[in-house]
Amino acid sequence: MKNTVFLGALAAAGLASGLASAATLDDVKARGELNCGVNTGLVGFAAPDANGNWSGFDVAICKAVAAAVLGDASKVKYVPTTGQTRFTALASGEVDILSRNTTWTFSRDADLKFTFIGVNYYDGQGFMVNKSLGVTSAKELDGATVCIQTGTTTELNLADFFKTNNMTYSPVTIETNAEGEQQFLAGACDAYTTDASGLAATRAAFANPDDYVILPEIISKEPLGPLVRHGDDQWADITRWAMNALIAAEEYGVTSANIEELSKGTENPEINRLLGAGEDNLGAMIGLEKDWAKKAIIGAGGNYGEIFAATIGESTPIGLARGLNAQWTQGGLLYTPPFR
Amino acid sequence: MATVSDAPKASFRLSMLIYDTRYRSITIQVVVLLLFMAGAAWLVDNTVRNLAALGKDFSFGFLWNRAGYDINQMLVQYSNDSTHGRAMLIGLLNTLLVAFMSCVAATVLGVIIGVLRLSPNWIIGRLTTVYVEMFRNIPVLLWILVAYAVFTEVLPAPNAFRGDNPTASMILFDSVALTNRYTAIPDPMFARSLGNIDVGLFLVSLDLVAIIAVITGSVLVNRKILASATAVQNATGVRPVTWWKSILVLVAPVVLLLLALGFHAERPVLRGFNFTGGLDVSNSLMALWLGLTLYTAAFIAEIVRAGIGAVSRGQTEAAFALGLRPNRTMSLVILPQALRVIVPPLISQYLNITKNSSLAIAVGYMDLRGTLGGITLNQTGRELECVLLMMLIYLTISLLISGAMNVYNNSVKLKER
Repeated sequence: MKNTVFLGALAAAGLASGLASAATLDDVKARGELNCGVNTGLVGFAAPDANGNWSGFDVAICKAVAAAVLGDASKVKYVPTTGQTRFTALASGEVDILSRNTTWTFSRDADLKFTFIGVNYYDGQGFMVNKSLGVTSAKELDGATVCIQTGTTTELNLADFFKTNNMTYSPVTIETNAEGEQQFLAGACDAYTTDASGLAATRAAFANPDDYVILPEIISKEPLGPLVRHGDDQWADITRWAMNALIAAEEYGVTSANIEELSKGTENPEINRLLGAGEDNLGAMIGLEKDWAKKAIIGAGGNYGEIFAATIGESTPIGLARGLNAQWTQGGLLYTPPFR
Repeated sequence: MATVSDAPKASFRLSMLIYDTRYRSITIQVVVLLLFMAGAAWLVDNTVRNLAALGKDFSFGFLWNRAGYDINQMLVQYSNDSTHGRAMLIGLLNTLLVAFMSCVAATVLGVIIGVLRLSPNWIIGRLTTVYVEMFRNIPVLLWILVAYAVFTEVLPAPNAFRGDNPTASMILFDSVALTNRYTAIPDPMFARSLGNIDVGLFLVSLDLVAIIAVITGSVLVNRKILASATAVQNATGVRPVTWWKSILVLVAPVVLLLLALGFHAERPVLRGFNFTGGLDVSNSLMALWLGLTLYTAAFIAEIVRAGIGAVSRGQTEAAFALGLRPNRTMSLVILPQALRVIVPPLISQYLNITKNSSLAIAVGYMDLRGTLGGITLNQTGRELECVLLMMLIYLTISLLISGAMNVYNNSVKLKER
């Protein structure tokens, strides 16, 4: 009996000892594969197709990092995580990077000991209701039953919103987006709340999307972005600049169509530095090859704008406008620090 | 003269620790204990190091921070301004509520099914066999999910009750509404309430205290009446008629108190999106309760059947020979003797119910696992602290149930004099 306990404890400790190794880059290279934490399935952002190939807006970050580090965008192991399991998966080392529409908040950064490497989608929390309810504003939701994914910032925003507007509600807590969809469609809740982009993606997967309306109120700021563990600055730099490379590429007009041409050298020194075409070797500074950013852009399937248009943009069923997520030159918030 | 010298004392050699049966068992135990302690120490050390590497500390201070989230079922008052510690209390009470409800219902149902399975009636015997085999051999999580799905998909949404020509209507004289979210039932209210007193952790309703006090008093007085009747019977051989006194003593004070307090039931009314005014019993609670009850009742039925089977057949025959009818035989002769076989395994079924109630997460019922181990864990990122606390609480509950049931077992087990 005691022996069994001892062996069990030994096994548990053995699992735990994989924790918190500092050099994530070396681990990933040795493994030959990037472990990327993604959503369990949110059309447009991260969802597997019939063949099990993952694609989407958040998945593109995984591919960009894998391409920059390993030179092959397909060398990614996608680990589906729920709102509840995501931080444990990252903290325990099960995933190297979490790319799963996670809101950048103070306490997650400071208290949970994670490093947000940037924002890949500026979002805000919204509400979706059935059109037949006749509700046109979130302010009319007094007394409603609201479905909410547990363990998310939306849960806290929801409480604050109803409190400040002096309204009451009854929460129905659910674990995954799929479960929320089912409960909402069955009428077990009057409203479904999550980030507006998530609502759009969820509605796009409904049989009758037109029966549902997303209310105009956006009740919070939700800067969504990928994150890594505290304490490995090199890995944070690699992932941060891999994402920045996608954004910078759009700003400079580098697309998947012209990237080969441009990487031979251009008049613009910043493009040269980004694509490793000039004298400067930015890749060496973060432990990667000279053309790391070029690989990242090709691996991700193009620059930020191309990825956006292909996965969640207005021509897709999800139909999100660029809005705040346009380049700073176009009146949006996307602004990457210079590549120099 | 030769002196007899003592036989030389066998000197202790180290090898005796292994080869001498007097020492071997102790040696093995000491070695195992040392290994176990070393393993535990290594585990703790590993955890501390890794926490340090992650830059995290180990502290339960988060329990006093503002929770910030809402819970849809609370037995004592709670708002999103309350602390995480209080959210934990809400979850704990919800766990205890569903565990208690399930234990009671599963026991009643289990005893009935267990007895019926021994019925000489072929159909009843087969039906209960099917019930037992079906519920025992399918995981309890599936039963909970099935119950929840039935509630959600079959029952109408609250807005189906709206309008002049609603598609759904309330039952039991328009007082109960079955919806796909909850069952709205009338709420007992007091027009002239005595108010509440705050005992720090929660509010105590003085109305409830008064009612319990009056009922307790009535029962005590009734006992006195019955005792005096027995005394008269012992003395004279004629038992005086007491039934009207008993009814009067048991019923009149409570009714008078309720009237004085202005007792009435407030009916649920559809206002806005949901029913208000009544009590909402959530479907997640009902589904969890139903799933746990049906599942565990099948096990309890088998325990009861085994217990009855353990009572000698001669007991039944003797009871019949005395002229006792079968149901009196069962309740007066067989079941009391079967209890000493039934109670010990019943304890473990109660523990199972309590532990299985943590499956609440599947239907969004906010039990201890949902509050402390779910939302609090996630919002604060204190996985280790939350899980340790949760393990400690479940361990405590289990030990308490086990202790209380063992006291009961000692009181019903066969007494040999």
